[in-house]
Amino acid sequence: MSARAISFTLNGDPVSTAIEPHRNLVELLQRFGLLGARESCGQGLCGCCTVLVDGVAVSGCLYFGVWVDGKDVSTVEHLDAGGELSKVQQAFIDCGAFQCGFCTPGFVLMSHQLLNEHPDPSEEEIRDYLTGNLCRCGAYPEIIQAVKRAAKM
Amino acid sequence: MKQVGRDIPRLEVRAKVTGRADYTHHLQLPGMLYGKVFRSTVPHGRILSIDTQAARELPGVHRVVTGADIQKLIPEPYYGPAFHDQPILALEKVRHVGEPVAVVLSSDPHIAEQGVQLITAEYEELPAVYDEIEAMQPDILVHDVLRPAGTFADLKHLKGRGGTNIALDYHLRRGDVDKAFAEAAQVFEHTFKTQQCLHLAFEPFVSVAEPGDNRLTIYTANQSPSFVRIEIARLFGWPENHVRVKVPYLGGGFGGKLYIKLEALVASLAMMTRRPVKIALTMEEQFYMITKHPTTFRIKSGVDKSGRLTARTCEVFWNGGAYADIGPRVAQKSGFTAAGPYDIDNVNVDSYEIYTNRTPAGALRGFGIPQLVWAYESHTDLIARELGADPVEFRRKNLLRNGRPHASGTVLNDAAIGTVFDSIVSRIGWDKPFDRGSGTLRRGRGVAIGLKAVISPTTSVAIVNISADGSVTAYTGTVDMGQGSDTAYALIVAEVLGVNAEEVRVVHSDTDITPYDMGTLGSRSLYHMGNAMRLAAEDAGNKLRALAAEAGLPEGTNYPPSEIFKKRFGMQAGNVIGSASFVPSYKPPDPQTGQSDNVTPFWMVGGAAVEVEVDTETGHIRIVRLVNAVDAGKPINPGVVRAQISGAAVMQLGFTLSEAMHLDGGQVTNASLADYKIPGIGDIPPMDSELVTAEQQTGPFGAKGAGESGTFGVSPAIANAIHDAVGVRIMELPITAEAVLRALRAQEGRPLADE
Repeated sequence: MSARAISFTLNGDPVSTAIEPHRNLVELLQRFGLLGARESCGQGLCGCCTVLVDGVAVSGCLYFGVWVDGKDVSTVEHLDAGGELSKVQQAFIDCGAFQCGFCTPGFVLMSHQLLNEHPDPSEEEIRDYLTGNLCRCGAYPEIIQAVKRAAKM
Repeated sequence: MKQVGRDIPRLEVRAKVTGRADYTHHLQLPGMLYGKVFRSTVPHGRILSIDTQAARELPGVHRVVTGADIQKLIPEPYYGPAFHDQPILALEKVRHVGEPVAVVLSSDPHIAEQGVQLITAEYEELPAVYDEIEAMQPDILVHDVLRPAGTFADLKHLKGRGGTNIALDYHLRRGDVDKAFAEAAQVFEHTFKTQQCLHLAFEPFVSVAEPGDNRLTIYTANQSPSFVRIEIARLFGWPENHVRVKVPYLGGGFGGKLYIKLEALVASLAMMTRRPVKIALTMEEQFYMITKHPTTFRIKSGVDKSGRLTARTCEVFWNGGAYADIGPRVAQKSGFTAAGPYDIDNVNVDSYEIYTNRTPAGALRGFGIPQLVWAYESHTDLIARELGADPVEFRRKNLLRNGRPHASGTVLNDAAIGTVFDSIVSRIGWDKPFDRGSGTLRRGRGVAIGLKAVISPTTSVAIVNISADGSVTAYTGTVDMGQGSDTAYALIVAEVLGVNAEEVRVVHSDTDITPYDMGTLGSRSLYHMGNAMRLAAEDAGNKLRALAAEAGLPEGTNYPPSEIFKKRFGMQAGNVIGSASFVPSYKPPDPQTGQSDNVTPFWMVGGAAVEVEVDTETGHIRIVRLVNAVDAGKPINPGVVRAQISGAAVMQLGFTLSEAMHLDGGQVTNASLADYKIPGIGDIPPMDSELVTAEQQTGPFGAKGAGESGTFGVSPAIANAIHDAVGVRIMELPITAEAVLRALRAQEGRPLADE
């Protein structure tokens, strides 16, 4: 299949590349050395591949790379662009809200989106909002604490 | 400042929250080929033909490889930790659905995948056996020949039983069980079952091999790099130092990524093609790699008039699937604790590892212990209820205490059984009245406690290096998959050398650099590698003092290390390298009686108490509260250990309530996260995990392993609580709403029709 030329904004910078239409967003990001979005379940169920496209979280494993043409793409690697961790990242560290770390970028991005929409979420809202992210190490109690902490920071 | 016991974030936290942590999953090498696997569609059959022509002709396909091709490179291409029974690619026969039969290689993984779709194979189908009890009969043989590996010290006796499906049978005999049953006031007998489920790490299995000149570098998501090195060297007939195995961080392991998985396959393909080869499984393919043993456990106990357990027999049948993997160790090492944490004078255990035509089974967070605790703690509860005794008091009366011999013949030592039990009982408020619900919502409580003996004998070797500026680097083969091993070793080394843990650099799992470690498994690392690390740091400290003496400094000098190096070498130069090996003493169990007075270096204890609410109209259960307690000795990094305990409980909640692989003709019909339900954030009950006050005197600074202990009590505590709530007993995992509803309707005398 022939590659298609696309241009988009990646973590604040304009970029151009060519990609075949069957490749997903995770594969596209790998070409830019961005490895925080990871394909795990391949069905958009685990959230390990979460990427923000025009500010909205998508599952990178189910989202074709060509679809980001003309859009604004933001990945977990952008959160500490200034050299400082985001509040959510710091809170995840403070609360020990992960073990193996494989699902963590997805949880961090979704927690950012959650706090944008609900700056002071209840535990119920946290659970509802993060229900599309799974953690096999079972760090959920610490994740809930971390989101609450980030909201207070 | 005191280092051990500090609550510090793990050393790698920043890399993990920024998405920059290193996993094999990401690795790409120049010129790399991707392999995709063509798998068996039949559970048991002779391979008649494999047609790879269309795949080979697909543009972009580099090569298609079958078992016959592998055999040209490695004449005996069988691997495994207990038996050399698993072919790198199927030869002559296939023994389970999903067994690798051929591999398509391409520089584009999508083309390789397309190539796989073009392969066809014909099989002469053979009758298959899936059930562990049926497989005890030799009507259908999964393997015609059994090939013991002889690699590990504790599995050297393995023979297998020719003409059967039994890979290992383990027997324990203590006291006179027949006499005790004859004299017992009452005898109770039950059979419990567990289901097939799996690890499902979110970084699916992945390995990359990079060829050299008669040597290989293997980058792999694996928990036992030293074993991979030894096994790959054996397959190729090379010395160990021709194989380099590197493991970055692991995206989950849980016992799945142990021993050899994809490594022999990528190694063979890399040597054949002279190019780096990567194979990364999909989530679906993980269902055909390694699982947790389904079990049938027949347990029988005798009780005297005073309510003391006097006799227990345990028959445990472990469904090991098509290849032994580490199943024989599960059957033996877990087998000998099958009678539970109770003081019983007369015990028989018979534990069988059995081949069937399922996906192989190995170790999963507990090495078989959760299956055993499920049975013996459900059974113990049933006995108490039959006797009209309080389940807590009945257990208290019978619990094994330190200083008393365990059924294996080893005296219990530093096992906080009583403390753990008291903790869960008081924290659930057992003695206090609670809301038992009304109408269709009924509440009940249950407790359970389990005991494990850590696997023995195993070896860990550690190196501690002090550089000329005084900075410290520790080298370990332990694989850090989120349990925080790097950080624990930093704390231990820092404690010995009087520096801050955050300043210690820990280098992990690169067999060209890090010394031997038996594997990151069975909660052994902190104890074994932790002890080795402590000794290596002490050795480095001694050598630094010797260096000071060589430099002419008086004994007890308080010169900083950098000054000592400068004085000795005239500039910032040199190293001090400490090293140590740790292997605990061990006495193998007697082959007839299973008795040994030194069977394990430490005991693990975990208990859980739960309150549940059962909806009697739907069978749905809700965990109102879960309390967990674990003996972790004196924890090195308490916050991380506590998260391990609750993480283990969350995982066990999945195995208790929802997770089960469904088979149809040997095919897994729910091989995806969409159809195989693991716990999500909405499923987590209010939880409270406690590390009880304890000390493992032989452990590093009093600590012991605890990564698995949080799983032990969860499943039976829930079943016991359901019984307490609504009077029905679930004998088989998982405890789904349907299972509870069926039990309720059967109890009411209006059973639901079978499916």
